[in-house]
Amino acid sequence: MPVANLSYRAVFSLVLKRDLTIAMRHKDDIINPLLFFVIVITLFPLGIGPEAQTLSRIAPGIIWVAALLSTLLSLDRLFKSDHDDGSLEQMLLSPQPIFILVLAKIVAHWLITGLPLILIAPLLAVLLHLNEQSYGALMLTLLLGTPVLSLLGAIGVALTVGIKKGGVLLSLLVLPLYIPVLIFATSAIDTAALGLPYNGQLAIIAALFVGSLTLAPFAVSAALKVSTN
Amino acid sequence: MSVNQSPAQIPSLISATSLTCIREERLLFEQLHIEISAGDIVQVEGPNGSGKTSLLRILAGLSQPFEGDVFFNNQLISHAREEFHQNLLYLGHLPGVKGEMSAVENLHFNLALHGGTDTAINIEQTLAEVNLSGFEDSLASHLSAGQHRRISLARLYKSTAKIWILDEPFTAIDKQGVHALEQLFKAHIKQGGCVILTTHQDLLTFEPTQIKKITLDYIDE
Repeated sequence: MPVANLSYRAVFSLVLKRDLTIAMRHKDDIINPLLFFVIVITLFPLGIGPEAQTLSRIAPGIIWVAALLSTLLSLDRLFKSDHDDGSLEQMLLSPQPIFILVLAKIVAHWLITGLPLILIAPLLAVLLHLNEQSYGALMLTLLLGTPVLSLLGAIGVALTVGIKKGGVLLSLLVLPLYIPVLIFATSAIDTAALGLPYNGQLAIIAALFVGSLTLAPFAVSAALKVSTN
Repeated sequence: MSVNQSPAQIPSLISATSLTCIREERLLFEQLHIEISAGDIVQVEGPNGSGKTSLLRILAGLSQPFEGDVFFNNQLISHAREEFHQNLLYLGHLPGVKGEMSAVENLHFNLALHGGTDTAINIEQTLAEVNLSGFEDSLASHLSAGQHRRISLARLYKSTAKIWILDEPFTAIDKQGVHALEQLFKAHIKQGGCVILTTHQDLLTFEPTQIKKITLDYIDE
């Protein structure tokens, strides 16, 4: 057989490169969730008033809820367009292990939506008068937490990709899974504001990250098989 | 149910036993036995909605039958996934072409994904075979439906897969294109491959006796 199988790394970078190329040529995918994130956060000071004390009290929650919702907004594109034009079928029929393909797609999704969000978050935190001591915690929780959002979200998208109007169902499926990340992330940031160690919360988010990183690709592969059935 | 039912001179490449398919609570076909060997060209016939696409998807392993099994080289396809997929080229209704990528990028990705690590493959030349020279670097979203189909069909020219499962491959393809494809099918079955396809057109350059037919029809319950 002349067909040599690609190494896992080659398959991973092949799919990653493809998804990033598509995103760079279709910039809405990057800009829309980011714009949503910025708009939601800037609306709060306007609605609540500019008192620094109130804002800094609610800043962690606002930033994290906005991050959750903007991720949710972008999730649909993870598999939808591939499903609609038939590329998903072709991926499932390739001789490559599906979990590698899936993992590459999820990493691409995080690079497109999660990373820009982390980069812009400190600026928005200034807007909300976030406590000075909390910036480190904010960045660390986002860095560990947003990949969890992409990974868990991918399971929900994979389950609903075959349904015509799966948007609401997707939020119902995914948002409850996001709650632990939200609770521990905001708690870490609040703890940091008091000048206390927040290693515990961070460790739990890290555990969620590692757990979902190892298990989600398999769950997504199984869900995709069901969805294309 | 015994698996080896064929007279064993020609081992079957892909076979299926007692396939039953139910979609939306409607019985499409039941107890279908299929034996397809190297050198076969099989045309699945039947009116719209009779289950042609469902049958092809089941044979490709994309859908699960209500009952029955599909075998590749007498192994269950779910047990020999990697080997089966290396030998399978399935093209469905949807061409699987991304509008945001150029014709070259699309073909390169599709070939690489299906195991073509061979860098000697000349993508431009392959595109020329399907009459797409001059469009190599155009984004697929600027091309027509027929050209999308041609990009996905270009894979056939570089395929080492033995089993080709093609769902309406001639849709949106012009007459010359159809002729070229039929020649390609002939070369493929001569090399020990098999072709399973659905089409509402007649295959003109094949002798009617050459073509095996699976006829599906509505079942009254």
